Amino acid sequence: MRKRSKTRTFVSYLILILLAYIMVYPLLWMIGAAFKTNAEIFGTISLLPKEPVYNAWADGWRGSGQYTFGRFLTNSFLMVVPTVLFTVASSVLVGYGFARFRFPFKKLLFMLMLSTMMLPGTVVIIPRYIFFRKLGWLDSYLPFIVPAALATYTFFNYMTVQFFRGLPLELDESAKLDGCGSFLILTRILLPLCTSMIFSVIVFQFVWRWNDFLDVLIYISSVAKYPVALGLRMTMDISTDFDWNRIMAMSIVSILPPVVVFFSAQQYFVQGIATTGMKD
Amino acid sequence: MKRHKDYQYAGYLYILPWIIGFLSLQLIPLINSFAYSFTNLQLLGTRRFIGLENYAKLFKDPLFWQSMKVTFLYVLMAVPCKVGFALLIAIILNQNLKGINLFRTLYYLPSILGGSVAISVLWRYLFMDNGILNNILSFLHLPTHSWLGDPRLALPTIGLVTVWQFGSSMLIFLAGLKQIPTVLYEAAELDGSGKLRTFWSITLPSLSPIVLFNLIMQMINAFQEFTPAFVITQGGPLNSTYLYGLLLYNQGFKFFKMGYASALSWILFAIILAFTGLTFFSSQSWVHYGDNV
Repeated sequence: MRKRSKTRTFVSYLILILLAYIMVYPLLWMIGAAFKTNAEIFGTISLLPKEPVYNAWADGWRGSGQYTFGRFLTNSFLMVVPTVLFTVASSVLVGYGFARFRFPFKKLLFMLMLSTMMLPGTVVIIPRYIFFRKLGWLDSYLPFIVPAALATYTFFNYMTVQFFRGLPLELDESAKLDGCGSFLILTRILLPLCTSMIFSVIVFQFVWRWNDFLDVLIYISSVAKYPVALGLRMTMDISTDFDWNRIMAMSIVSILPPVVVFFSAQQYFVQGIATTGMKD
Repeated sequence: MKRHKDYQYAGYLYILPWIIGFLSLQLIPLINSFAYSFTNLQLLGTRRFIGLENYAKLFKDPLFWQSMKVTFLYVLMAVPCKVGFALLIAIILNQNLKGINLFRTLYYLPSILGGSVAISVLWRYLFMDNGILNNILSFLHLPTHSWLGDPRLALPTIGLVTVWQFGSSMLIFLAGLKQIPTVLYEAAELDGSGKLRTFWSITLPSLSPIVLFNLIMQMINAFQEFTPAFVITQGGPLNSTYLYGLLLYNQGFKFFKMGYASALSWILFAIILAFTGLTFFSSQSWVHYGDNV
């Protein structure tokens, strides 16, 4: 192992701690602001409120229109959970197909799939909108769920292919000798070994879909179906200058689910990131 | 030679969902958007072939050139900063210090939140004229600035949202650093090579494929950035944050000029392809794959 001087260790820690403070400061400030009076939010630089107030949470939750924030949260789950489940199912099937079978044009198809990872989403956004409109899917969650079921979040297919390739072929072969068909091999033998991969798919797809803004802005038009991203923006737009703490409180509520999902699954998928790499 | 009977056609069944999805949601839309770009397609009403009119109009539109300028500035500022920063922090984290997991998690946290509306809202409050940053600056008797009101500062301020999310690239670098064989470092030490020299001749070349991957992925994302420009500044002040994604959204989904917006999207596609190609091409001189390290 390389030797390390004490000063170097000290400087490293100093940089790491300072940086961590700067990185997390906005989030800490947001939490503090949700407990401050509006006068205090922009009047002081202290993170902690002098006299904490608690009305922001209930007031913010109630919303100012006909729907509460609970409705927006529920909508987000109704949209994101099926999308995530279909992503898991489709990416497992496609990954297994590419990793374990030999068929004509496989190389070409795989290259095509990889290249779509680099296809900018904005190029197909208009034709997709027109297509979904013709199908009558606007203002529903189908424009999110169906692309997941059809494995077009290509990044996850790539991730599963890489993972399956890492599992020893002997597993399949011995199961085949025992008379297992290919689907049984997948579900009985390989899937139980794939927990870290499946958790990675769940966490990343959950976080990305939850935060997605452009697509929901385009596809969801009625307030009753708004996910949190749109609900929060609406709250901000219709707020007067006196609602800052409410908006901060609801911002925290809106980012809590992805944070909880991330931390509760972290131990299962750290390995997954390390083996496949990941994008933004 | 592979023989016909070796093929396992069941594979097609497993990849069938993707084949359908690829054709119906990626390939055909891609062709369609190209076709639409030569029409005067609106949301309602008929569409008519108008040849290159959209493209001609677009090149005469000052807003197009403005957003082009803004977007290039944004990509050239945010992407190298983000990737460079990610690399630097990954190297600091990769020294077997105690408590590394905590720092790794803290730095990654913004990447989980960053794209969300909540963060854009927060950014607006942090950088407002009477926001917390200016409060801190005046507390320290430093000059305050109109971060979101000054056309020269607004774009970098928005770019900070992206740089703040360096954690995802950092994790990829960390994974890459772990794979550099320690033998290489031991050899360098035996040769009496200094820290900086070791970094230039071992660490960086070994990581270069990952640098390339990160640069390209981040570039593709940055060219399409939308949420912060839409939520924080709405493209202002004086169109100084009018990112291309915002232009595309406004033309396509606010004014419903879908033919025109399709032309815009193909210009963007061409630019991204050219940039990705350029990065790949230049990489031949600076990316080293395992065999020749």
